[in-house]
Amino acid sequence: MSQNESYQKDLESIRQLMERSVKFLSLSGLSGILAGVYALAGALVAYIQVQYPLSPLDYRQQSMRDWDVVIQLLGIALAVLALSLVTGYIMANRKAKKQGVQVWNTTSKRLVINLAIPLITGAFFILILLWNGHYGVAAPACLIFYGLALLNASANLFDEIRYLGYSEIVLGLVSAMLPGYGLFFWAAGFGVLHILYGALMYKKYDG
Amino acid sequence: MKNPFDNLDKILEHRLRLRIVSVLVANESYDFNALKELLDTTDGNLATHLKALEREKYLSVNKTFVERKPNTRYKITERGRSAFKKHLDAMEELIRQQRK
Repeated sequence: MSQNESYQKDLESIRQLMERSVKFLSLSGLSGILAGVYALAGALVAYIQVQYPLSPLDYRQQSMRDWDVVIQLLGIALAVLALSLVTGYIMANRKAKKQGVQVWNTTSKRLVINLAIPLITGAFFILILLWNGHYGVAAPACLIFYGLALLNASANLFDEIRYLGYSEIVLGLVSAMLPGYGLFFWAAGFGVLHILYGALMYKKYDG
Repeated sequence: MKNPFDNLDKILEHRLRLRIVSVLVANESYDFNALKELLDTTDGNLATHLKALEREKYLSVNKTFVERKPNTRYKITERGRSAFKKHLDAMEELIRQQRK
């Protein structure tokens, strides 16, 4: 091997090492697809409980007048969130074992902190909004804070996640202009986008 | 013209030291055990080279206790960061020259 090739190999291995030291590479694309499926199922349940028999595309002004409905929707959203997190953890654990690394390491701890700060801020903000009766902005706020959380953590994740973050933010802003379609946008952001990006990542990294 | 070999950093020509520094450049800080796992090396070997880099002031050390266990965190210094950059530039320059 020539000196030249050896330097080139060194540079390449350093680049990979730097990436591996920053990025959490055990995230599974399949768990993204499943999270999307849970979200769509959750949205369907919410639609049947709250809006049926109105068409999901009908514009609704102030359809959520009572707390029972708000609590029901919160419960569905939390169930979707919990199921997605558990699935994500189990599948990341499996992938990490295959890669021969620990799932709970410096990188994943940093990732959790970077995700948690915008998400917890958003959760409190949304609860305050709901408490004050601003139901229409809850769904857009979910999408926007989730998008910001992904951007904040994008250094520790696959590059695609940054674009998922931007997409969620744009969708959230559009949704804020059309408050009656909250459920529709929520299903698009947490369901369709997760399935799309999850499939993209599954194809690229899980092979 | 100056020989690009002269621009290579003598400290970083050692493979493990270069790998340690590249991890620290990419991250705000890294602890001993995480470095050991990532670089797949032994305690003694890693400690020796971390000491060498510390002596050159390429990195700073912060010792704390986490749940009563000692935890040593390393951070790159400005001196270490610029040495790393210079070393990589020199490597790239060498590759370019030999390609001609």
